[in-house]
Amino acid sequence: MITGPDIRSLLPIEILAGGMVITMLGVALKRNPTLTFICTLITLAASFLSVLFIWPAKPHAIGDLFLVDRFGCYFQALVLLSAFVVTLFSQISLKNFFPGKRKEEYYLLLLLATLGGATMVISTHFISFFIGLEILNISLYTLISYYRERPKAIEAGLKYLILAAMSSAFLLFGMALVYALTGTLSFQGLAATTFRHDSVSLTILITGIGLMITGMGFKLALVPFHMWAPDIYEGASSPISAFIATVSKGAMLAVLLRFFATADLFGFKKLMLVFTVIAILSMLGGNLLALRQNNIKRMLAYSSIAHFGYVLVAFIAGTGLGTQAASFYLTAYIITILAAFSLITLMSRSDNEATDIEDYAGLFWKKPVLATLLSITLLSLAGIPLTAGFMGKFYLLTSGVGKGNWLLAFTLVISSVIGLYYYLRFIFAMMRTDGQNFPIDSRPSYSSLTGLLVLSLLGAAVIWLGVYPAWLIRLVGSLT
Amino acid sequence: MILAWIILLLMGTGFLAWLTSRWSDILPRIISLAGTLLFLGVVLYLWFTHSASAVPSGNAAAGAWIIHYTHSWIPAFGIHIILAADGLSLLMLLLTAFLGVLSVLVSWKEIKTRVGFFHFNLLFILAGITGVFVSLDLFLFYFSWEVMLIPMYFLISIWGYENRTYAAGKFFLFTQASGLLMFLSILGLYFVHGRSTGVYTFDYEALKGTVLSQPTAFLLMLGFAAAFLVKLSTVPFHSWLPDAHTQAPTAGSVLLAGLLLKTGAYGIIRFVLPLFPQASQQFAPAAMILGVISILYGAKLAYAQTDLKRLVAYISVSHMGFILLGIYAFNQIAMQGVIMQMVAHAISTGGLFIIVGALHARIQTREIGQMGGLWTQVPKMGAMGLLFVLASLGLPGLGNFIAEILILTGSFMASKILTIIAAVGFIAATLYSLRIMQKVFYGTVLKKWEITDFGFREMIVMGSLAIVIIWLGLFPNSILNATQQMVQGIVQQVNITVNGPQNANTLQNASR
Repeated sequence: MITGPDIRSLLPIEILAGGMVITMLGVALKRNPTLTFICTLITLAASFLSVLFIWPAKPHAIGDLFLVDRFGCYFQALVLLSAFVVTLFSQISLKNFFPGKRKEEYYLLLLLATLGGATMVISTHFISFFIGLEILNISLYTLISYYRERPKAIEAGLKYLILAAMSSAFLLFGMALVYALTGTLSFQGLAATTFRHDSVSLTILITGIGLMITGMGFKLALVPFHMWAPDIYEGASSPISAFIATVSKGAMLAVLLRFFATADLFGFKKLMLVFTVIAILSMLGGNLLALRQNNIKRMLAYSSIAHFGYVLVAFIAGTGLGTQAASFYLTAYIITILAAFSLITLMSRSDNEATDIEDYAGLFWKKPVLATLLSITLLSLAGIPLTAGFMGKFYLLTSGVGKGNWLLAFTLVISSVIGLYYYLRFIFAMMRTDGQNFPIDSRPSYSSLTGLLVLSLLGAAVIWLGVYPAWLIRLVGSLT
Repeated sequence: MILAWIILLLMGTGFLAWLTSRWSDILPRIISLAGTLLFLGVVLYLWFTHSASAVPSGNAAAGAWIIHYTHSWIPAFGIHIILAADGLSLLMLLLTAFLGVLSVLVSWKEIKTRVGFFHFNLLFILAGITGVFVSLDLFLFYFSWEVMLIPMYFLISIWGYENRTYAAGKFFLFTQASGLLMFLSILGLYFVHGRSTGVYTFDYEALKGTVLSQPTAFLLMLGFAAAFLVKLSTVPFHSWLPDAHTQAPTAGSVLLAGLLLKTGAYGIIRFVLPLFPQASQQFAPAAMILGVISILYGAKLAYAQTDLKRLVAYISVSHMGFILLGIYAFNQIAMQGVIMQMVAHAISTGGLFIIVGALHARIQTREIGQMGGLWTQVPKMGAMGLLFVLASLGLPGLGNFIAEILILTGSFMASKILTIIAAVGFIAATLYSLRIMQKVFYGTVLKKWEITDFGFREMIVMGSLAIVIIWLGLFPNSILNATQQMVQGIVQQVNITVNGPQNANTLQNASR
């Protein structure tokens, strides 16, 4: 029976869903991309405000399906903020690449995908989690290949479709195994029954969860489930790549954290060993593969593999400091990567996206503001002081060293030194002069002043978090 | 508070210089000069008002800070902004400010492109270095340690010479990798201290008393030592230095040699010895051997170079070997020598780098083979060259002589054999130093260059350096007195922890 408090707690999701229906009706009445764009922004903003409005003092469970607590609400807020920024830059990107028709559906799909993500982060049951995931996935198939005239869009969409479908299959099979053993689909129920098994059922349980890890690892693009990432990042438009890197991965990480905490799985040595191996492979693999990339989107894809490997260091550290560190790092990463992809959108011209390293040559002398912002972003990804990335990495290392995971801490350190190389490569490309003296573009061709403003805000947030992170540390500390 | 203001002053000046470069090229230079001069003025004021109170008082309590400022930063982790200065910090700040002014001056004509951004980087390096010299919170220290790297990387990679990308990348990767190892050690120390006392803090004073088991202490000490030995360009980790020094613009070389290398020595004295006295004792033989190897190997390679700037860079490797040898001798005489060497080396090598830079600007080459008999053309430059070459070979009357004699006297008490071998470095120093004079300024004229001598601005720079190096040679007490208390405290602490108070006293008496 749904009660009043339940409805209140689900307000953000209801607003998203309702806003989407209204927007869709609006599109049916009159096709107007600007109107749809504004409706989308209003829906997202209203949903975000409602998260602040319902900010729960104590967790509120809705059946077995959802748990609306601070942790869930925090991630909902992150998802909605990211979606908001992505929408803003989508408009710029659509205007550039898609001057013709068919713009409205894009926003609807974006809202739908956001709804999926926002559902995932508060789910405590395999069914609600899976429905949220599929809503997200199916919208993404379309969004990735939305610019179908572009050469690599269809290829990327199909690739994502096949691999995501397969990973969903793994996930479902894993869930089925767990269900067969425990007779329950809720995370909580799993915790209650976990330790009452003999070694045979324990093997089945671990197999089931192992299969689920495969499915989740795919969504997070962890090595060895990472092959899709660079192609999809490259094929999709920059805002959609940003969406995958933030909303899709962020929501999945939230589910992972909640699943392991609620089902109390941190005690399983074997599973933690699996994660340790995955983390080490991701950190080293992602950074090594990124070394020779000349395409900035592929580079960011590989670097995001490495970054989620870093986050696993905090994840393995378990509840408490580990969860806080993961939440902090994810926040820092989301802000940074949003800035990076927004920048690519702003840099792009109507005929192609600015993805090659050559497009950035001498940027410091041509567009100093954009170049400075991109440098801040890259330095934050590299984890250099004065940026959010440094504080995030400090948090991760603290959680890792605090649990005595020296191997992971060392790998993190070594791989971030490797990572420095390719971030510096791009920064250096921006400083190149090629012997010619570039005149400063006094009349900037920024396609949108709003875009530049939002980008500057993101850049300022990166610096602010790097210099004064105390408030966010307090906030993520109050989540669990 | 004044220390925080100094750092903010430098950063603010940097931003201002960058902003004003829109309108004119001369404005950033003037602003930076004014900023660094103000910095120098403030530090001089601090020096003269406080050096009186730093005079040894018999009871050497380490931790007698002249200036101390604390402000909460990230309370959740026990991170504070703790800025403090004692005699050593003040001396290093003085050096930073002095070389800061000079590096603005030497770039006046050399840097013609992106002037604003250049000065922005220059001032941020100075801010980072200042932060390193006054931070007493280990997190803040690491923060500053990293902050000085990025602008230095830019400085080399944008305004450097032909092979700058390679050199800048190498410099960055070496220092970053070793710095991260130190960061792991800092975290390790933080947790060990937190677990045993329940207080999680990065405060230096609190961490100093941490009780560590022997293997843990040694491992943590190695993490710190890695960062500092790389910075000090001790021999197996030195290969970034010749590249970075050679490719950097003159101001960059001056800052690298004069200040960045010194942060390594400062780090060992300030952090490694007090935090891990016992582990340092264990490490001392290895460190002293590395020091001697650096002295001889650096000298040998310096002699073999044909690139004048690279030659000077290897001189640094050799001189840093003396510093390492002196620190790990663990007695007051050697430690005083080390501090003297830090200052004297900064001045003498800085002077040599400026001369090489000036030569390069005039004849577009650094190849010694292309020079020869330049004295007749540029007598002022030749005279200055002679002075700094003699300084770096350790001529009595100049700063380096005092430093090296003190170090060798001190280390003789610790290890006779190593000291005897290290003394051979003096002969090598004479060889490579005189080779500079012989090949560049004397000898046959190989090529007829049409070059101008030092101008007014350059003579001010070189003149002030010359005064300082002679002053150091004639009145070393002005520096030794200011730092004696601090040195005494640290040496005593290291020896007490290991040998017990009795032994330490005898050592102290022996060193008097």
